[in-house]
Amino acid sequence: MSNDEVIKVALIGNPNTGKTSLFNQLTGLKQKVGNYPGITVEKKQGICKLDRSIKAEITDLPGTYSINPTSMDETIVLDTLLNESGDSFPDVVVVIVDIENIKRNLLLFTQIKDLQIPSILVINMIDQMKRKGISINTQQLEEKLHTKIVLASARKKIGIEQLKLAILNYKKLDHKPIGQISNRIDKEYFSNLKDAFKEFSIYKSWLLITQNIEFDFLNERQKKLVSKFRKDVDCIKRYQHKETILRYQIINDTLKENFNVDKSKATDLRGILDRVLTHKFFGYVIFALILLFIFQGIFDWASYPMDLIDRIFANLSLWVKSVLPAGVFTSLIAEGVIPGIGGVVIFIPQIAILFTFISVLEETGYMSRVVFLMDKIMRRFGMSGKSVIPLISGTACAIPAIMASRNISNWKERLITILVIPFTTCSARLPVYAILISLIIPDKRVFGFLNLQGLTMMALYLLGFTAAILSAILLHNVLKIKSKSLFVIEMPNFKIPSLKNIFYEVVEKTKAFVFGAGKIILAISIILWFLASNGPSSFKNAEQTIATQVENTNLSKKEFQQKIASYKLEHSYIGYMGKTIEPIIKPMGYDWKIGIALISSFAAREVFVGALATIYNVESDEDVGTIKERMAAEINPETGEKRFNFPTGISLLLFYAFAMQCISTLAIVKRETNSWKWPALQLVGMGILAYVSSVIAFNILS
Amino acid sequence: MIGTIADLKIGEKAFIEKLCLDNIPLKLLEMGCLPGKEVKLIQKAPMQDPLYIKVNGSYLAIRKETAEKITVVFAK
Repeated sequence: MSNDEVIKVALIGNPNTGKTSLFNQLTGLKQKVGNYPGITVEKKQGICKLDRSIKAEITDLPGTYSINPTSMDETIVLDTLLNESGDSFPDVVVVIVDIENIKRNLLLFTQIKDLQIPSILVINMIDQMKRKGISINTQQLEEKLHTKIVLASARKKIGIEQLKLAILNYKKLDHKPIGQISNRIDKEYFSNLKDAFKEFSIYKSWLLITQNIEFDFLNERQKKLVSKFRKDVDCIKRYQHKETILRYQIINDTLKENFNVDKSKATDLRGILDRVLTHKFFGYVIFALILLFIFQGIFDWASYPMDLIDRIFANLSLWVKSVLPAGVFTSLIAEGVIPGIGGVVIFIPQIAILFTFISVLEETGYMSRVVFLMDKIMRRFGMSGKSVIPLISGTACAIPAIMASRNISNWKERLITILVIPFTTCSARLPVYAILISLIIPDKRVFGFLNLQGLTMMALYLLGFTAAILSAILLHNVLKIKSKSLFVIEMPNFKIPSLKNIFYEVVEKTKAFVFGAGKIILAISIILWFLASNGPSSFKNAEQTIATQVENTNLSKKEFQQKIASYKLEHSYIGYMGKTIEPIIKPMGYDWKIGIALISSFAAREVFVGALATIYNVESDEDVGTIKERMAAEINPETGEKRFNFPTGISLLLFYAFAMQCISTLAIVKRETNSWKWPALQLVGMGILAYVSSVIAFNILS
Repeated sequence: MIGTIADLKIGEKAFIEKLCLDNIPLKLLEMGCLPGKEVKLIQKAPMQDPLYIKVNGSYLAIRKETAEKITVVFAK
């Protein structure tokens, strides 16, 4: 394998050109994403076999309209193309354009061509050619653009083999730039520039001085030169404008003879759909209905597979205990590992359903209409129309949601979006909510059809959104950040979503969650098990202590065992930790056992249920019923009432709604904002809000 | 008659003024908003902002504050 030759390919294109379809066709399931609680910049890569011994490593770069970046997403593209010593610098670039928007799409191609990196041009959606009345002269275009053109339809698998062949032969590609643009702008200026950076192509030097970015790959001399050239702001701006106009001129001239559209064949489905979907009344109604439908999916449909998963893992634990000989190892498997894995797997249905919906909405082109409808409203809260998608994604998991905010080019709008996303009710909160609601809210119907428990869940979602919006308004008024930037979005044509693309998207997002966040959850479950089943000397002497305590009483063997178990838990390491924080959490209505769950779910909320399961499992070895039954039976020794009564339940719900208990999210916020200041603000701010509201709620209710 | 994109009524067309190059942000130029090109207002979002336009074959949505910067010559 190691002897195989690998060609590095970068896939670049405007958004909505079918880039993802092409990537999926080339790589299939051989994709990987450098991901989550991690260090590396997110990068979608896949392997494609070209022939027996040669493979292509394909990097799917974020969609961009040009290599003059205005957002973090687009900066990744520029960085990849300029850093020749970088890991992902491509041997060949595949630029994909949509046949319907070829004029605008070619702008990016001419820029990349001028960097003198070998490039292949893929003209996508040629299956639409006839219907749209388009005709094209490929050979002439190839000559004019100094490139190899592949006509393709990524969705219909047309042209994929030709593209592979073209990649295989990339060494034969023409390096010539298109048009002598620099000479046509200002010959003298650009010859000065060329003299200053002899080691780079002229267009690369131009990009270095026009962007407001620190390029790490430059040496000191180059950095000094760059900042010298950057001083002439007016001139740079004027020449950038000129450059773009010239590029369009070249494209127009090139297309004039070789590309024709018969306008009489155009249909106006877009017009009709847009009139309804962006209507000032029906537009919102439709959006609200879609949201309702999505939540229905997350609550209702996901509950069946989730119940099933819950039961399977509970039974698995029982089975392991019955088969394996009793001992430390069995206990680790049955009480640490299995509940740990179960705690991760249980989220898969919800995450998968949510991302299915989101990718359908993106694929159809509807999301752009949502951005259009919501922009003005979101701006009042200091955010942008583009914040809507991250906020909706946040109902699955804050991590992909925060990364989805990368395309917001205004820094203040993006920062506020990132800061408030953790308030939205992510799926990690769901199992906590679900179990608490089923304990404290009666399973009754009001008005005959509305389920009271469902309503409570709905209310918690609204609470999350309200908290997000209110804190956004607060941040909008407090943060004094001046950031000027432009809001331009493309309104793509409506498309029937591709099942394949949706499938890959959902698999990728789910995988990222399971293997990223999942590792943390599993690790914590095991640590927890260890802390709960070990302790200082009093723990080890539990059996003797209890035996002397109950010497003259008539306890059955079972009761005797239970007493030992609960004594052990109380004197285990985790028991001591719970006891230590008990004074702090008492005002919220919690005891040390809930304290243990709180401590352990500090890293990830969903651990709460798993932690309680572990705690109660450790406590009573026999009849492993469901966690819920255990919790319902738990009595508060001080009052004789149920431990999980209404005030404590509400207090816990509020705490989990507001507190920032997710290490992965904090890590990703640090990475995306490049500062510890913002995750620290989230941790402290949300923590205070959670504590105060829980204390207030508990004291009013009891 | 001269105005800005923000003055257009839904369905109305105009041409982007040739001399206003400096006022148009680079990003818009790159998206096809070039001087001399025809621009048509397709839809206004509720509250009159943002604006959904067709220009040079591209369908774009821009905020009103941006639209106000782009001078157009009405066909009439």
